[in-house]
Amino acid sequence: MLTPEETEALLLSLRVSGVAVLGAFPFALGLGLLLARPGFPGRGLLNGLVHLPLVLPPVVMGYLLLVALGTRAPLGAWLLESFGIRLVFTWEGAALAAGIVTLPFQVRAIRLALEAVDPGLMQAAETLGAGPLDRFVSVTLPLALPGILAGAMTAFAAALGEFGAIITFVSNIPGETRTLPLAIYTAIQSPGGEAAAARLAALSIALAFAGLGLAEWLAARARRLTAP
Amino acid sequence: MSGGLSVEIAHALARSPGRGGAFALDIRFEAPAEGVTALFGPSGSGKTSCANAVAGLLRPDAGRIALGEEVLFDAARRRHLPPRRRGIGYVFQEARLFPHLTVAANLDYGARRSPRAPGAAERGRIVEMLGIGGLLARRPAGLSGGERSRVALGRALMSGPRLMLLDEPLAALDAGRKAEILPYLERLRDETGVPILHISHSLDEVTRLADRMVVLNAGRVAATGSVEEIMARLDLFPLTGRFEAGAVIAGRVEAADAGMQLSAVGFAGGRLLVPRIAAAPGTPVRLRVRARDVLLAVQRPQGLSARNILAVRIAEIRAEDGPYADIRLDCAGTPILARITQAAVAELGLAPGRMVWAVIKTVSIARASGSGARGRAG
Repeated sequence: MLTPEETEALLLSLRVSGVAVLGAFPFALGLGLLLARPGFPGRGLLNGLVHLPLVLPPVVMGYLLLVALGTRAPLGAWLLESFGIRLVFTWEGAALAAGIVTLPFQVRAIRLALEAVDPGLMQAAETLGAGPLDRFVSVTLPLALPGILAGAMTAFAAALGEFGAIITFVSNIPGETRTLPLAIYTAIQSPGGEAAAARLAALSIALAFAGLGLAEWLAARARRLTAP
Repeated sequence: MSGGLSVEIAHALARSPGRGGAFALDIRFEAPAEGVTALFGPSGSGKTSCANAVAGLLRPDAGRIALGEEVLFDAARRRHLPPRRRGIGYVFQEARLFPHLTVAANLDYGARRSPRAPGAAERGRIVEMLGIGGLLARRPAGLSGGERSRVALGRALMSGPRLMLLDEPLAALDAGRKAEILPYLERLRDETGVPILHISHSLDEVTRLADRMVVLNAGRVAATGSVEEIMARLDLFPLTGRFEAGAVIAGRVEAADAGMQLSAVGFAGGRLLVPRIAAAPGTPVRLRVRARDVLLAVQRPQGLSARNILAVRIAEIRAEDGPYADIRLDCAGTPILARITQAAVAELGLAPGRMVWAVIKTVSIARASGSGARGRAG
């Protein structure tokens, strides 16, 4: 039903998106925790920075990554020389681009999930003998978890569709950086590729629906848990 | 008062935006190491802020709070014990059960974290006392309001508290649920021996549960004393609720007339016939006699349906706003309050020192509690 190249593109997409979401998660959690803190100074600025990828053209994100992490850029050169890490033209680079572009989805979901936890429950836990970390692990996290997972799921679905930042930063290399959207683009560009493009597009739509459905289910669970 | 709670705090509370200004909390009181002390006052009088300060959820600007020998808070010495080390069982108005945990796990939450947590046998007794054994596997979302309150009480008790802080645990419940919970609170008082600070704006609850009262008004302590003392003070009528105000009389069941469905309750100043109380003779009871239900007569009335006619001396008369006059009567040492019109005072020539007859309908007397007057009756 799918050609080997198409299967490769599908599996690559799942891997790139999975690594993107998991890799960005610790940062998203940290940012979400900071932004959920009412007294945190510089909250507005940080909030703006985190949401920048949502409004910036993805091509610009890809361009910025290329400028910062290209093998001749200082940071990129240092990574290559010190650790042998090359991000340009690799699937890891694609994951980095997708992770940054979909970070706002995760941060936003985490922040909202944390803010939805009733502070009164924290006080109750406090009077019952729980310290700050204990309260976070035993009350905040379990109550916020469905919301956090829903955010991760949304980010995963969005990462599957990332095109501009990936093609700009890591190009369109079959088997390495040619994810589903890039494969669709390539098929449309090639003579006689319409059928392949249609198949891959249908596949993308199905994946997006599955991802959003799962996210919706998790969010519903979150609402049930945090309802008073 | 060794072992008791000693509170002495001052705090500038930022009021809700738009109302401007700041209102100062300046509260001093002591609560004994046993029994129920009610923190009573209208909404906004500072009751919950005071409770939060005792629990450690609010850090007052100045003052000192001690529980027994241990100083919980001392502004001068910059001591502020965090809430989790205070050993205070706080039962919040909205129960605040953890929604992701079963009832059993909620009950365990404090028990697992407290060095004073009671043993398995005692925990079993608490579950039995509160009647929550059948709920253990359920989640809070599936519980009724009354069940939630009982689980919240249990959760606080399971942490082995040195003091129970009840912040209007009944306020969110309808009348039926209140009636369901009150007996459990009475059992909590009578069976656990843990001192209780009960925050309430309901005289019904206070007179039923509390031994002592701290009356708060606008962030200050207006009065402290036994429930009987406080309820007998005319000057506190504006705070104790003009309509509901009235004396609380501690006495003991003397005899019951099962056929007539009446009981006699003896108190220092005599005896009162009341609707039948299902309790053995000798049981201490507390009666509420609302001031507006007491009639005065200058001659001993004849041919009245009212069962209680007591010889009393007028101790104090206070003219109130409107047509009313509040009168404190001395019934051989026990105060009884009456609210009549100023017109009646003038027509009958009532004045302090004069002997009159107080007429109280049996049906107007309410039993405030089963045993709130432990040991102090008679």
